[in-house]
Amino acid sequence: MSNSETINPNTTMNNESKTSSTTKVEELQNLKGRKTVLMQGNEAVAYGALDAGCNFFAGYPITPSTEIAEILAAELPKRGGVFIQMEDELGSICAVIGASLAGAKALTATSGPGFSLMQEGIGFARSAETPCVVVDVQRVGPSTGMPTSCAQGDIQQSRWGTHGDSPAIVLYPDSVKESYELTIRAINLSEKYRTCVILLLDEVLGHMREAVRLPDLSNVRVISRVKPTVPPHWYKHYENNEKYPIPLASFGEGYRFHVTGLTHDSLGFPTNKPNEAAEMMARLKKKITYNIRDLVQIESFQMDDAKIAVFAAGITARSAKAAVVMARKEGIPAGLLRPLTIWPFPDDAVRKMLRDVDIVIVPELNQGQLIREIERLVKDRSDSKLIKIQRVDSKLIPPQDILQKIKEVI
Amino acid sequence: MPAIPQKIIHEYLRHDKKFPHVWCAGCSNGIVLGSIIRAIAGMNLDRNDIVMVSGIGCSSRMPVYVDFNTLHTLHGRAIAFATGVKLHKPHLKVIVVTGDGDCAAIGGNHLIHAARRNIDLTVIMLNNNIYGMTGGQVSPTTPHEAYATTAPYGNIEPDFDVCKLAMGAGATYVARTTAFHTQETQNMVKEAIEHPGFALIEVICACPVIYGRLNKKGGAPEMMKEMRDNSIPLAAVDKLPPEKVQGKIIRGVLHKDIRPEYCAQYAELMKKAQAQGGSK
Amino acid sequence: MKYPYEIRLSGSGGQGLILAGIILARAAVLENHHVTQTQSYGPESRGGYSYADVIISNEDIYFPEAVSFDCLLALNQESCDKYLFDLRENGILIVDTTFVKNIALVVENTYEVPFTEIAIEKLGSPIPTNIMALAFLVQVTGIVKLASLQQAIEESVKPAFIDLNLRAMKLGIDLAKNYEK
Repeated sequence: MSNSETINPNTTMNNESKTSSTTKVEELQNLKGRKTVLMQGNEAVAYGALDAGCNFFAGYPITPSTEIAEILAAELPKRGGVFIQMEDELGSICAVIGASLAGAKALTATSGPGFSLMQEGIGFARSAETPCVVVDVQRVGPSTGMPTSCAQGDIQQSRWGTHGDSPAIVLYPDSVKESYELTIRAINLSEKYRTCVILLLDEVLGHMREAVRLPDLSNVRVISRVKPTVPPHWYKHYENNEKYPIPLASFGEGYRFHVTGLTHDSLGFPTNKPNEAAEMMARLKKKITYNIRDLVQIESFQMDDAKIAVFAAGITARSAKAAVVMARKEGIPAGLLRPLTIWPFPDDAVRKMLRDVDIVIVPELNQGQLIREIERLVKDRSDSKLIKIQRVDSKLIPPQDILQKIKEVI
Repeated sequence: MPAIPQKIIHEYLRHDKKFPHVWCAGCSNGIVLGSIIRAIAGMNLDRNDIVMVSGIGCSSRMPVYVDFNTLHTLHGRAIAFATGVKLHKPHLKVIVVTGDGDCAAIGGNHLIHAARRNIDLTVIMLNNNIYGMTGGQVSPTTPHEAYATTAPYGNIEPDFDVCKLAMGAGATYVARTTAFHTQETQNMVKEAIEHPGFALIEVICACPVIYGRLNKKGGAPEMMKEMRDNSIPLAAVDKLPPEKVQGKIIRGVLHKDIRPEYCAQYAELMKKAQAQGGSK
Repeated sequence: MKYPYEIRLSGSGGQGLILAGIILARAAVLENHHVTQTQSYGPESRGGYSYADVIISNEDIYFPEAVSFDCLLALNQESCDKYLFDLRENGILIVDTTFVKNIALVVENTYEVPFTEIAIEKLGSPIPTNIMALAFLVQVTGIVKLASLQQAIEESVKPAFIDLNLRAMKLGIDLAKNYEK
């Protein structure tokens, strides 16, 4: 994607607003006091959702994500929002999409097995361009795996888990504070780009507690979907428009539009025409590729003069950062590149890293899901400078293991 | 002068939708759609407040043709989508159109739990005893020993009585009729929409092109005649000798009661939570 | 105090170790420390293994799990056997001798106290053993102020149980003050 294609997201958005000080919001502010408190990753997700205006949650209990549901079960009704425990994850994602079409900011939270069950619904939300957020607190797999242990095995599933070809937006925090921030961002992006945004968490992070001070609500930027202003008979909720977002009406507002998971035309009606199918697919793709700059966030730590880079995401990035700090103390020019957005993959930043450093170490809690993307970007495969550290036994990669690898390759 | 029925239907169909519809000649789905539209037209409802939700299958193609808020979803999940719509905007009238496979096989779990919650949805299940859209596979309501492409030696499974299932799960309005009985269908749809709770209407439908052909039922007229001759109203059951009831489709409102509706209960829960204030 | 200070509270499910970890972490937050609290446990709500790690520091903590413990609390034999070898040199070992009968290594700073027995005897229940042992740990290590510990307990347990837990805390502190090797 070239920069000339990039449109400034700020020029296309006209509905960003600071949260107004409603009673509900003040209640939350008082509740948490906005002072430094000990908070769990899952709690931070729940409070982030509330601060972003989430007013609908449908979910099904599953370790290690259950705390998110438990907190929202207590908090949403106080704020006029809906919490429902559905009969399964299939129903959960569908209720979330239904509520979103009725105008809700809707979210669900799950873990591996439930995430697998939600994949069909996630594809529906992407096809029907319906805003919603799925939080996947990853645990060890495959299958039921180890429910209370940590793995990063859903990185590729979050991208390719649903059938068919559709682009994804997936965010990946590495701290409790960032879990709060990226939950808000996930909801904002889902509203802005009218799609299902996925927030990946690691089990350790979901259950981990850290000192966190939530920002004052007046500093929380909340984005809500754009509503149509045209008369109903002019309204095309899937109009091909280079300028995102396309307004989305809610059921019950007089627009009486049709939504389907079938390939559809600009009015949402099913189509078999190749040109209309091509238009729809192009629109789904472009809304991601034209807005890469708005979507991709990366952290670059000690990278300016680094000769060895560690590329890591989520909880593993904390091991990596500790290793980089230790290496620097020993005079080794190491750095860390950490994607906060893993999909779309930060191709440009990774290409730059590959140009700038001699060696890239990729630690991850799976058998090669992140490194695969970097391999894709390595031009000359014979001269691979990629080193992997992979662990799938439920334990985190200790910083010492990464440090040792840094010392081996220098 | 009362409106001509055809004109009423025309008023409620989408004019920007590319017809013709997907249904075969002789299919009952259009007849049931007619009954639904006439029921709604007779109720003075604002069509902006009506949401029609469906899953996957022949009958589930219905929403695209009608001028309401319409949502054509995933196979089996219509009731779950509808639950989300209804809970966020309880004032909307949410009607689910589904088939026997969609509702009782892949979507069975959502059916029983929505019935248990007694959420105010109107579920209209068009039962043609087969998977029509995929070409004639056996469904949970395919009768014992009937033929389907995936039951080429006859169906060894018993069929599901979906009305009994819904009653057992806690539905507060359960009715059965056939596509032949258009006025009865229309009345039931009206009653079900007005009913404050979970309502299920099973409409026995004819699928002459797939089910009829596989089971030598003749064409559409023969199948319509069978619906007429092989069904009896619930009110007549007690007056008839058992042998005349045996094997017949029982039509009528099979169950109706009132118990707390889910959205209303949720509204009460919200009041309770808000009264308790900041702490858990 | 040496930072980062790494503590593991270990035992079996139902002994309240995760709650003890949360309380310790909360006390550290009250003193504006950087803190991470992580945990590992099996599927059992009662029995099985369970531990909580608390790292307290004066700067950002990257790796959130305790690797080399400055202090290890072991409330059962299995956890003592399993984690003792990760205690750092000069680290502090605190064991509940109600359940820990053998200590596989000679550790200079070992405190052996029958916490559960004392809890049953003095407080009428084994349930507040966790708070008693935690208070003992805080008194011995000085990792947080007792006032912070008390406030964290009050913020973390249900109102009906505050009194019992504060008595357990007092008992733990006294045990540490009067401890004789």
